[in-house]
Amino acid sequence: MTTELLYLLVAGVSVLVVAAIFFVGLRSKTRAKTPPAPEAPPREVPAPEAPVSEAPAPEEPPAAAVPPAPAPPKISVADRFSRGLAKSRLVLSERLNLVLGKDRLSEDDWDEIEEALIRADVGVKAATKIVTKLRTSKPAVSELKAALRDEMVSVLSGRQRQLAMGPGVTSVWLVTGVNGVGKTTSIAKLAHRMKAEGSSVVVAAADTFRAAAIDQLGTWAERVDVPMIRHDPGSDPGAVLFDAISYAKARDIDLVIADTAGRLHTKTNLMDELKKIKRVAEREAGSVAEVLLVLDATVGQNGISQAKTFQEAIEVSGVILTKLDGTAKGGIVLAVEQELGIPVKAVGVGETLDDLQPFVPGEFVDALLADS
Amino acid sequence: MAADGPYNERMFEVLGERLEGVFKRLRGKGRLTEKDVEAALREIRLALLEADVALPATKQFLAGVRARAIGDDILKSLTPGQQVIKIVHEELIRILGEKESAIRFSSHPPTVIMLAGLQGSGKTTAAAKLGNHLKKKGRRVLLVAADLERPAAIKQLEVLGEQAGVGVHADHEAKDPVVVARDGIERGKMQADVVIVDTAGRLHVDEDMMDQVQRVHDVISPDEVLFVLDAMTGQDALLSANAFSERLPLTGIVLTKLDGDARGGAALSAVTVTKKPIKFAGVGEKLTDLEPFHPDRIASRILGMGDVLTLIEKAEEVVSKEDAEKQAKKILEASFTLEDFLDQMQQVRKMGGIGDMIKMLPGIPGVGKLSDVDVDEGDVKRIEAIIRSMTPQERRDPRMISGSRRSRIARGSGTAVRDVNDLLKQFDAARKMMKQMSRMKPGKGRKGGFPL
Repeated sequence: MTTELLYLLVAGVSVLVVAAIFFVGLRSKTRAKTPPAPEAPPREVPAPEAPVSEAPAPEEPPAAAVPPAPAPPKISVADRFSRGLAKSRLVLSERLNLVLGKDRLSEDDWDEIEEALIRADVGVKAATKIVTKLRTSKPAVSELKAALRDEMVSVLSGRQRQLAMGPGVTSVWLVTGVNGVGKTTSIAKLAHRMKAEGSSVVVAAADTFRAAAIDQLGTWAERVDVPMIRHDPGSDPGAVLFDAISYAKARDIDLVIADTAGRLHTKTNLMDELKKIKRVAEREAGSVAEVLLVLDATVGQNGISQAKTFQEAIEVSGVILTKLDGTAKGGIVLAVEQELGIPVKAVGVGETLDDLQPFVPGEFVDALLADS
Repeated sequence: MAADGPYNERMFEVLGERLEGVFKRLRGKGRLTEKDVEAALREIRLALLEADVALPATKQFLAGVRARAIGDDILKSLTPGQQVIKIVHEELIRILGEKESAIRFSSHPPTVIMLAGLQGSGKTTAAAKLGNHLKKKGRRVLLVAADLERPAAIKQLEVLGEQAGVGVHADHEAKDPVVVARDGIERGKMQADVVIVDTAGRLHVDEDMMDQVQRVHDVISPDEVLFVLDAMTGQDALLSANAFSERLPLTGIVLTKLDGDARGGAALSAVTVTKKPIKFAGVGEKLTDLEPFHPDRIASRILGMGDVLTLIEKAEEVVSKEDAEKQAKKILEASFTLEDFLDQMQQVRKMGGIGDMIKMLPGIPGVGKLSDVDVDEGDVKRIEAIIRSMTPQERRDPRMISGSRRSRIARGSGTAVRDVNDLLKQFDAARKMMKQMSRMKPGKGRKGGFPL
């Protein structure tokens, strides 16, 4: 180890150690001082009738359609390894049926159930929690599948999932998320849906950072036929939103949907910028009716970290889960709802403007437990 | 710090500590059995799954580790936990870094590089970064905008190409990406050594779009076909990587968005299923934020062992060598003041959030693991406010801060006297820690020392 490196290590790392010690100390104190904040009361603002398309068709009929595998032999551990990756193709519901069709469940079978959930990105922690609860409730084996489904649905139950309008004439929805999750496309779909429901909409191109993001939203705005407020690339996103809200207020437009630049939640300066954008909206429109976090269904356990950080920075009011039309199940939202209490308010299931649907817990769980 | 019972505590323990725990329980028995090794493997399995390594890839990996662990006779080792970690770590590095990862240049230029992947994985940005990287190495680069699906994708590549100072072949009227790609190659033959073809993002289950990308491939016969993968991807990484590798003869992977806090298990899933190396890592928003892939770093990251090397690099970005030496000296002499601390906090903030930085550290002996230290930016601001309300003398010598000074500082910073007291107490404790650290000599293999 060279001296230079050592110096850097000592200087850079020790300050972090010092900081860490500080926070270990402070945390325990602040926790003791402030009781956990009471859950925010449900917002009492008039919500528009949400679903445009009623009864969105589930992508797959529930598990029943799986070809019955008559009394399949139990797969030994060794077998499992040798089959290796080919086994990943064995679809979830098949594996589940295999296990759930038994008279008695062994430890391995319970592991299979847990693994089925992990494969859907539910996460080890949430999966263990669900399976533990299921085991303690001791359902009859014949009802196990239904019990599993119920348990998962109950994690998602009791949340307000309608997209809300604010109390004022003009409401603001702020759409945020990390890079590449589908914010811009989701905004187009949201605008399209709200317009179809009779609201007047303007979109704000407040992603002034990414090359051509403004043009991308512009193309969508044209297709949806809503006005877009834009500034030059690189300009202040807060100013774009300011103008969009002024524009909407002057014309009694119901809704401003603001695009924001994708940002990794770990970039403190960019999260600070987001807070500022939100403050501008609050000042100009009175309040922000929805702060929507877009999560990509393919995301793994990092989804929790994303949701948590955005939540802390700008109080996320809902999640839009995108790209559910692939093989990813988006199981992370189970953990996001369970741990952070942020409801999923819409799901993206395709590339066209109509491919935004309300989130229905039962359907989501069915899809999660069904074939990929 | 056991917040929510034993369950949570277990979840956030660093793998090394978990394994030591497993083996400590067993040590009294004199002889360890294969079953004990299984218990350790279970912990590793959990760690991998939490890091988003896909389940089938996890199982395959564990089979390899099991074979080695038994052959290695870890049970005779004094520190079987560390021994297992070492095997796991080496095995990860072996799988992730086995193959040569440089770009293979064609002997008949231009070298053609094709990028493919799901929507939002970062293909367009990666294309521009790669172009920038190769241009700096003296290559003449042409980017080809063959993503005709996403609105303004062509414009995005044009803007980025201009920023990188490389040519872009684009046709705003085109309808067929196969034609654009072919024309791009033709143009590249005349004016470039390297042609990089950006393609539309597509879902691997979309047969039409997968046919299309295959047709683009067939008409340009690329020397490199790179699968662009978001480092934050979960279990699906295995399925999508597999589907793309069935359609396209992939030659490598570009792992993007590694500058976040994802553990990056998707890397192992994709390499396991494609058997292709990761050639580049995207680590930021600037065009220069593309790095050769370091298997050792991602291995540590997947195992939650802290990403110290990345931390050092970040530190290098914001701390000058002279400053670092000065600070190090102060720490070694234990003359570090609150003023220095304030300074350092601001520097660390420039590197990213203080909490994120702390998470990159491995555990500290005597303090324990730091990964679950939750840093509230509000706390950071309060500490800053308190220190700023002190006089320069007070910052240099906190011992002089009497009761009346404390209440003045509290008033000045809008906090309570208790907050000021807490801060002073913590700083005192931290200073004592530093004294202890400064007594430790850097060296290899010491036990219980500073973990670097």
